Amino acid sequence: MNIIVCIKQVPDTSEIRIDPVNGTLIRDGVPSIINPDDKAGLELALQLKDSHGAHVTVITMGPPQADRALREALAMGAHRAILLTDRKFAGADTLATSHTLAGALRKISYDLIITGRQAIDGDTAQVGPQIAEHLDLPQISYLEHLTFDGQKTITAKRAIEEGYEILETQTPCVVTVLSSAYKSRYMSVKGIIHAYAAEVECWGADLIEVKEEYLGLKGSPTRVHKAFSRGVKAAGELYELDTQEAVGMIVSKLKEKFIIN
Amino acid sequence: MDKNLYKGVFVFAEQRHGQIQSVSLELLGKARDLAADLNEKVYAILLGHNVQQEAQQLIAHGADVVICADQPQLKDYLTEPYTQAMCQIIEAFRPDIMLIGATTMGRDLGPRVSARMSTGLTADCTKLEISDDKHLLMTRPAFGGNLMATIVCKEHKPQMSTVRPGVMQRLTPDTLREGEIHMFQPVFDESRFKVRLVKSVKEKNDKVDIAEARILVSCGRGIGNADGLELALQLARCMDAQVSGSRAVVDAGLVDHSQQVGQTGKTVRPDLYFAVGISGAIQHLAGMEESGYIVAINKDKFAPIFQVADLGIVGDAAPILKLLSERLKN
Repeated sequence: MNIIVCIKQVPDTSEIRIDPVNGTLIRDGVPSIINPDDKAGLELALQLKDSHGAHVTVITMGPPQADRALREALAMGAHRAILLTDRKFAGADTLATSHTLAGALRKISYDLIITGRQAIDGDTAQVGPQIAEHLDLPQISYLEHLTFDGQKTITAKRAIEEGYEILETQTPCVVTVLSSAYKSRYMSVKGIIHAYAAEVECWGADLIEVKEEYLGLKGSPTRVHKAFSRGVKAAGELYELDTQEAVGMIVSKLKEKFIIN
Repeated sequence: MDKNLYKGVFVFAEQRHGQIQSVSLELLGKARDLAADLNEKVYAILLGHNVQQEAQQLIAHGADVVICADQPQLKDYLTEPYTQAMCQIIEAFRPDIMLIGATTMGRDLGPRVSARMSTGLTADCTKLEISDDKHLLMTRPAFGGNLMATIVCKEHKPQMSTVRPGVMQRLTPDTLREGEIHMFQPVFDESRFKVRLVKSVKEKNDKVDIAEARILVSCGRGIGNADGLELALQLARCMDAQVSGSRAVVDAGLVDHSQQVGQTGKTVRPDLYFAVGISGAIQHLAGMEESGYIVAINKDKFAPIFQVADLGIVGDAAPILKLLSERLKN
């Protein structure tokens, strides 16, 4: 069984602070981590390696520094690592990102493609299903648990608002995993030593199988029109109001802060 | 593509077991505003089996036209049959804008549809408006809510976005409102139906990690008793929020320990934190002061919680919770 885990290196958003003076994001010194949902997906792959002898490839698209995330995955037990890095990939939105990854996946044989449900820097939950679409594969998102019969059948527990669903499909397929689904293992000492020396393959646009017009900014239907901070935390306001006025005040403040519309 | 051929603001009317989900009604309310700015119509897309009778409810909440595909293949939500139906409707009707609830269903369906249609999709928007040049401006939080970004999709149609439940407001239903119901027959390629629903299980939903919640309604001693807690739960339901509590209410057995905020509980940083009847012991503040926006309601105007609150209301929590839920529901 060949498994490919798509991971993303992300800034640890829980460490990001807002500059109290000018209201901008302070990103300096914010550690980069493997996106938590992806890390759970990697753990699922490694468990299938342990139980069914699966071959595990990790792949990411990003700048050369994203190499670190791949080495961490190798140290945890992945067999092969591929870094998709090329200026042509830059400025990609989710659709262009999914085209890039799908373009690389066409060059590798797979039975199961695993992604995290979503990344903590963007929270879109789009890339996994979009990869599935480009490769014409069935998808199961919000995966909480997976069992594999050793042949072709995947049975998955999918989290939904009011409970869960049990879904069944055949490989090849794409699943997107919740961070709470699998607690990831630590890197082993042997793994760390191996990961230092191991090769991380670097692939550019010329090595993947996708039309160039689908890549990067050019291949991105969405654009950032503007970005802004929510503003500096001002000293709080305190009111003594009757119920009606108090509710009116709360609603108007929540609208002002874009929390409700 | 001739972009001028794409008209109308479309809403995916999510139903589960025949029940239209509140987020879809909220989106119809927003769609009305957008359609007014564009001088276009509001369409609802209703997919399912034996769901046609729900169309009237969609019209009452703002749809001018309901496009209904009522087929056994659409009885339960599965990605592929729903994607096929949606894409065929998009091809037939050419929407300018397509809004989908950011639920587990909408977030599974939306990206699949956008990829098949080769258009953009902006996730979890908190604000939607029409620009002077008639494009959809989609504003959403990024970087864990630390930054807001306004996204546009100018060269592709439909302009698609998902919106979380509780963000937009539904209209007061007008049962006399008239609309058109258009039955649509998708042509399914069943060879691509590769996922089977074995079963769907309902569970009491207390497993959501409060540390991951976007909105928390957090209760303290001032909430009083189970009746007070019920009001908090009611508000939480209106906003797609979770309920959490201070140590006092956990010790009193009103809230489970897994929902406790503070040094001996969990550290949370939701976008919005309601501190209801919480005085704000330092151990509690340590667990929540990084929240995006803090609204505190407390009888005691000297309560320390007001020092970290963005908005403090001195008053009795119960009537405020009750009225706030009513306001948000409408």
